[in-house]
Amino acid sequence: MIDFARNVRLWFAPQEIDAEGRTPDYRFSLANERTFLAWLRTALALIGGGFAVDQFLPDLRWGWRVGLALALLAAGVLCSLRAVNHWVRCERAMRRGEDLPVSRFPALLSLAVAVVAVAMVVVVLVRGNG
Amino acid sequence: MSTAGAGEAWVRDPGLQPERTRLAWRRTTLSSTVAALLAGKTALHGGPSAAGIAVCAVCCVLWLWFLAVAHRRIRTLATTGDGGPPALSARHATAATLCAVALAACGAALVIL
Repeated sequence: MIDFARNVRLWFAPQEIDAEGRTPDYRFSLANERTFLAWLRTALALIGGGFAVDQFLPDLRWGWRVGLALALLAAGVLCSLRAVNHWVRCERAMRRGEDLPVSRFPALLSLAVAVVAVAMVVVVLVRGNG
Repeated sequence: MSTAGAGEAWVRDPGLQPERTRLAWRRTTLSSTVAALLAGKTALHGGPSAAGIAVCAVCCVLWLWFLAVAHRRIRTLATTGDGGPPALSARHATAATLCAVALAACGAALVIL
């Protein structure tokens, strides 16, 4: 948590990232940037999914619809904040010549998506029978 | 876009790294466009109200802001400094992220109201 707070400060203070270590090969920096953008796209897709649930599932009960939409929007926020945080951590690790940081976020996100998908299958089957 | 031609210090990268990064920004801009359009549709759903128009305007501004960030970064990528284009600055990355977060905040407000 303390690490996270320090990283948040770095989001707004690029000069502090540049202050330490050596500038890595630009190709590694660009690869890190593309990874960041891929995560940002994932976040935008989750946010778009939140809007889509609210708009295109009018038959759903209010509680379910709002809950699902808010969950997707929250996942999008989490994903985008994590994207920039991971980018900062990778950038610092590359400058210091350390190993790249590991993360359990991809596993958590995959599990969440899998759970939602299974829930949707159950909903479709139950409604098809009933 | 040609990355060659800025002197002998820079030879074209056979891995096309700046081009790939530029296209990644383009894809992300496209994603943000889709998200902003869905936000606009949600905001103006059920007839234009004052609050709906206001939120829609905010979403438009956010989209334009993201477009500006992406455009500035793409222009920076086209520059050929010594040893490749400069790395993404933390301020740019944070700005792009805040766009997404603000869009989600708009969405939460729309869904609850």
